[in-house]
Amino acid sequence: MVGSSESELLRLIPALPLLAALFHGIVLSLVRRESPRVFVIGLSCGAVLASFVVSVIALFQLVELPPDARVLVDGVYTWIGAGRFSAELAFQLDPLSAVMILVVTGVGALIHIYSVGYMDDDKRDDKGFQRFFCYLNLFTTAMLLLVLGDNLLVMFLGWEGVGLCSYLLIGFWYGDEFNAYCGSKAFIVNRIGDFGFLIGIFLLFWAMADLGAASVDFRDLAAQAGALAGKSLALPLFGEVRLVTLAAISLFVGACGKSAQLPLYMWLPDAMAGPTPVSALIHAATMVNAGVYMVARLSFLYEASPVAAAVVAWVGGLTALFAATIAVAQTDIKKVLAYSTVSQLGYMFLAAGTAGYTAAIFHLMTHAFFKALLFLGAGAVILSMHHEQDTDKMGGLWSRIPRTHAVFLIGVLAIAGFPGLSGFFSKDEILLAAFTSHVPGHMALWGIGVLTAGITAFYMGRLYIRTFHGECRASREVQDHIEDPTETVLWPLYVLAGLSAVGGFIGLPQLYGDAIFGLPDSNSLALFLEPVVGGAHHEIAHSTEWLLAFAAVASAGTGGALSWLFYYRQPDLPLRFRESASGLWRLVEGKYWVDEAIDASLVRPLVTVSDRVLYRTLDAGLIDRVAVDGTANSVMGAAKGVFRHLQTGLTQSYIFLMILGTLAVVGWLVR
Amino acid sequence: MHLLDEHLLTIVTFLPFATALLLLVPNRRLPASAWRSIALTSTLLTFGLSLRLWTNFEATRTGFQFVERVPWLPEYGVHYFVGIDGISLLLVLMTTFLMPLALLGAWTDITKSVRSFFFHMLALETGMLGAFVSLNLFQFYVFWEVMLIPMYFIIGVWGGPRRIYAAIKFFLFTMFGSLLMLVALLVVYYLHYEQFGVLNLDYVQAAGASGASLLDTAIPRGGEAVWWKTQTWLFAAFALAFAIKVPMVPFHTWLPDAHVEAPTAGSVVLAGVLLKMGTYGFVRFALPLFPDAAVTAAPVIFSLALIGIIYGSLVAMVQSDIKKLVAYSSVAHLGFVMLGMFAFNAEGLEGSVLQMVNHGLSTGALFLLVGMLYERRHTREIADFGGVAKPMPVYAALFGIVMMSSIGLPGLNGFVGEFLILVGAFAADPRFAVPATLGVVLAAAYMLWMYRRVFFGPVENPENRGLIDLNLREKAVMVALLVPMVWIGVYPKPFLGRLHASVTELVHRVEQGGPAATAEGDPAPLAATLVAASGEHP
Repeated sequence: MVGSSESELLRLIPALPLLAALFHGIVLSLVRRESPRVFVIGLSCGAVLASFVVSVIALFQLVELPPDARVLVDGVYTWIGAGRFSAELAFQLDPLSAVMILVVTGVGALIHIYSVGYMDDDKRDDKGFQRFFCYLNLFTTAMLLLVLGDNLLVMFLGWEGVGLCSYLLIGFWYGDEFNAYCGSKAFIVNRIGDFGFLIGIFLLFWAMADLGAASVDFRDLAAQAGALAGKSLALPLFGEVRLVTLAAISLFVGACGKSAQLPLYMWLPDAMAGPTPVSALIHAATMVNAGVYMVARLSFLYEASPVAAAVVAWVGGLTALFAATIAVAQTDIKKVLAYSTVSQLGYMFLAAGTAGYTAAIFHLMTHAFFKALLFLGAGAVILSMHHEQDTDKMGGLWSRIPRTHAVFLIGVLAIAGFPGLSGFFSKDEILLAAFTSHVPGHMALWGIGVLTAGITAFYMGRLYIRTFHGECRASREVQDHIEDPTETVLWPLYVLAGLSAVGGFIGLPQLYGDAIFGLPDSNSLALFLEPVVGGAHHEIAHSTEWLLAFAAVASAGTGGALSWLFYYRQPDLPLRFRESASGLWRLVEGKYWVDEAIDASLVRPLVTVSDRVLYRTLDAGLIDRVAVDGTANSVMGAAKGVFRHLQTGLTQSYIFLMILGTLAVVGWLVR
Repeated sequence: MHLLDEHLLTIVTFLPFATALLLLVPNRRLPASAWRSIALTSTLLTFGLSLRLWTNFEATRTGFQFVERVPWLPEYGVHYFVGIDGISLLLVLMTTFLMPLALLGAWTDITKSVRSFFFHMLALETGMLGAFVSLNLFQFYVFWEVMLIPMYFIIGVWGGPRRIYAAIKFFLFTMFGSLLMLVALLVVYYLHYEQFGVLNLDYVQAAGASGASLLDTAIPRGGEAVWWKTQTWLFAAFALAFAIKVPMVPFHTWLPDAHVEAPTAGSVVLAGVLLKMGTYGFVRFALPLFPDAAVTAAPVIFSLALIGIIYGSLVAMVQSDIKKLVAYSSVAHLGFVMLGMFAFNAEGLEGSVLQMVNHGLSTGALFLLVGMLYERRHTREIADFGGVAKPMPVYAALFGIVMMSSIGLPGLNGFVGEFLILVGAFAADPRFAVPATLGVVLAAAYMLWMYRRVFFGPVENPENRGLIDLNLREKAVMVALLVPMVWIGVYPKPFLGRLHASVTELVHRVEQGGPAATAEGDPAPLAATLVAASGEHP
C-alpha cells in the first residue's frame, strides 16, 4: 500500500451499471412485463454514461497525484478469507486501469446508444429489448470489475462475469439452435482458459505465502517480484522450472481463452452469432482485450521470465498471421471482422511479449475505436440489407448508403494502417517493439508483423470493395429498400470514426513528434502508462525507425493495391486463382478445419468413451450389475438356502441373525 | 425465553418430530392441504428457531455451544448430549432452511397418503438434525440409523416406477456401512475402557463432567497393537460407512437410482442433507478420532475424490435424464468436498464445509427445478424438451442462475467453496489439485450442454408449447434459495467466520496426531463391568 490514495468514487463505477442490470433482472423475472422502452433506454444508457462521467472525474483525481504515486484504491470489504488466504473486494485505479475504464465506459456508452436503434429493429420471435439491455449492463459491470480489480481474485470475478455475459449475449436469440451452440462453446472454451488462470492464482498465492506475504494483490505481487523470481519448483517431466515462468504461462493460458489466441481462438468467430452491437462491444472493443490487459497488469511477471514473454510474443505473432490468412477467404462480413479481431489481438500480444506494453495498450485502445466502428458499420450495412451478412449478396452500396460508407471507409483505412490514422501509429509502435526486443527470433516476429500488416490491408480492402463497390448482387426486393439506418445508429459511428481517425495522436510516437510537430513528449500515452507497466526504451537511430515505418506502409500499400487489383480492377482474377490453387483456397476457406479436427479427435471420443465405457460398461455394468447386484443376489441365494433349513419367516431370521451377529462381536471383544 | 434458550438445540431438533406425532392423531375429516400446512408451519418454525442459534452463536469461541447433557444410560456411558460448533451450526441451518422449501417446492407433487408422507418428512428432519447435534456416539448412531427408515419409505412408497429396487438398494448400502461403523465404534468404546477404566461414549468432555472423553482415547497407530485395534482398521471401517453415504466412487451407484426414483422433496433432502451425513461424519468423527490414519489414508481419499470429480462429471455429461445428470453431478461435487477436507489445512477445510452447504443449496434447488418441470410434463428426458425458455422464461432464468451457482461462477456460492478447496488442495498436493481443477471445465460442459438442449433452440415438441411458467409459490421458493446463494457468493464472511475457530482446532488436532497412548493399569475385565453396569450381581 505504498503511495496509494483512497477514493470511494471507484466503487461507483461498476455499481452504477450493476444497479441498472439488477433492476432489469428483477422486473423481467418477477413482474414479467417489460418496462416502457424509454425507461429502459434511459436507465441503461444513463447508467453507463454516468459511469463514464465518474471515470473521468476519477481520472482527474488520478492525474493530480505525482506520476510515481498515481494509484487510487477503494477497499470495500474482505471478500474471501479463510486460513492464510484473504482477498478484498477492492478496486484500484492507476494509469493502466484508467485507460481501460475510459475505453470500456466510453466505447461502451456509444454501443449502448447504438443498440437502441439496432435492437429496435428486432423482429424475431425470441426478442427481448429489456433483456438485452440487462445483459449489456451486466457485462459492463463485469468488465469494469475485471479492469478495476485490485487483486487476482476480483479480476477473476470480472473475468468469469464477462464470460457469462458473453454466453448470454451470443445466444441472445436462443430460438436458433446454432446461436445457443455458439454461446455454450464460447463459455466452455473460456473455461479451459480459466483453468489456467486458477492454476496461476494457486501458484502465485502459495509462493507468496512461502515468502511470508500471503496475498494475491497486484501491488503486493509486484513488490515481491524479485523474491518470486528466485523461486523454482520441480515438475514431473520438465524437471526444475522457475515459478514465475510456470505462473506466467498458466495465466497466459487464461489470456488465450479470453482473448482468442491459438489454440483457444475458435470460439470468437462463432461468437458472431450474437447481435452485432454485442460483437462490437464484447468481441472487439472490450472483453477480448482482457487477456492483453492481464499481461500488462502482470508485466512484472513477464519481465521476470523471458521464457514466458517469448511464449506470449510467439503465440501472439503466430495468431496474428494465422487468423489473417483465414480472414482472406471469408465472405460473411462479420466473420471477416472476427478473424481480423483475432489477428489484431495477436498483434497486441506480440507487443506485450516483446516488452512493448505501452504499445500493446495503445493498440488495444485504437483497435477498440476502429474495430467497434467497423462492427457497428457492418451492423448498419446488415440493417440496411435487411439482415443479410453475406458479402456475396452485397456490392455497390456506396451510393445507396453514403453515410455508412464514409464511416466504414475510415475504419478500413485505420485498421489497414493508412499513415496518420490511429492504427498506423499503434501498429508502428508494435513493430518497433518487436524489432528492438531480445526475444528469440524477434526479427522473424517483426517479419510476421509486417507480413500480417499486408494481409490485413488485403482482406480489409477485399471486404470493403465487395461490400461497397461493383455490381449490387442482392435480390431485387432487397435492392429496392436499401437505405442508411436511423440517426441513433449513425451518430455513435461518427464519434467512433472521429476517434479512429485522430485517436492515434494521444500516443504519437516520438519519431513523428520530433520530425513533424516539434513536440518534446509527444507520446503522452506511453509516458502516462510507463510508471505502471514499465517500458522498453528503444535506443535506435531515427533513420532505422523511418525505414521500419516505410516497410510497414509498403507492406500495407501492397496489400491494399492487390485487393484493388483482384476485386475492383480484374474481378475474374480471384476466380482464376481459386481454380489454380483450389486445395489451398479450400483449406483457408474452411478455416484449416480446426473445428472439425477438434470435434472428431477430442469432443466426440470423450462423449463416446464417457457413455460407452464409463457409464454403460463401468458404472451400470461392472459396479452396479456385477459387483452390487451380484453380491446382493448371491447373499440372497445363500440366505434362502439357510432359511430353508431354518424353516422360519424372514423377519424372525433377520432378528435372529442380528442378535447372533451382535453376540459374536461382543463375545469377540470380551474374550 | 429463558427456558427456550436453555433447551434451544433440543427444541430445534425435536420440534419436527413432535409435529409428526401430532399428525398421527387420527382425523379423517381434515383435507390434504391441512396436513401440508401443519408440516410446513412446523418446519418454518424450526427454521425460525434455528436462526436464534445462528445469531447467538459466538464465532470466536472454540468448542461446542448450546450444550445440553442429560444422563440416559450413564452406567454404559450413554448420555443425551447435544451441542454444536461452527461446522455443525452451518449444517443445522442448511437443514432447517431446506426443509420448508423442499415441502413448499413439491407442494402439489404428493397426492397419495399425504399425511403419512409428511410424517416421514418431519421424522426425517429430526433424524438428520439429531445426527448433526449429537455429541454422544451412541446417540449419533441411533439418529444415523433412525433417519434411514423414513427415507426408505419416502423412496419406496412415493417414488417412481423402480422405487422398490432403489429403496432397498439405498437401505442395504447404508446399512452395510453402518454395521462396520458399529463394530469399529465398539472397539473404540473398548479401547477407552481399557485406558480409563470407565465406560464412556461422550465425544467430548462436557463441562463439569469428570473423566475423559472419546477424543482423549489414544488409539494405537499399529505396530504393537492387535490389528483390529489400530487406527488404520478403525478408520477404514468409519471411512467406509461415511464414504458410502457421501458417496465416493465406487460406492456411489445407489445414488442415481435413489435420486431418480425418489419424489422431489425426497431428492432435495437426500442430496441436500443426507449426503452431508457422510462428509460430516468424516469431519466430526473419522478425522479427529483417527488423525494419523486419516493422514496416512489421504492419498487414497484424494485419488477417490479426484476420480469422483472427473468420472462423475463425465458420466453426468452423457445422461439422458435431467435428474440423473444432477445426481451424477453430486458425485463430482462431493468429490470436491472430500478433496478439500483431506488437504488438512484451514483453506481446504473451510472450503469443504462451506461447499457442503453450497451443494445443499444448489443441488437442492436443481432438484426442485427438475421436479417443477416434471410436474408439468411428466418426463425428465432431455430429448423431450428444447426451447423451454420460450414458454417458461422465468423458470429458465432461475434455472440458469442455479446452474451458474452449481458450476462455480464467481459471485455465487459455489465459487467460494470450490476455490478455497482447490487452494487448500493445491498446497497439500498439486498432483491432485491440478487435475481436479479440470472438473471446473467439465462441470461447465455437462451443465451447459444440458441447459442448451432443454431450454434453447426452437420449440419442436408441441407439448412444450403450452408449458405454464412458474407460479407465485414456485417463484417464492426459488427466490428464497437464491438469497443464500448470492449472499455466500458476495459476502461469505459470516459463514466462514463461524467456521474459523472449529476448523483451526481440527487442523491443529490432525497436525498433533491425537493423544499418545499412555501406559495404564489393567482395568477390570470389560465383561464384568458391563454386567456390573447392568445392575446384575454375579
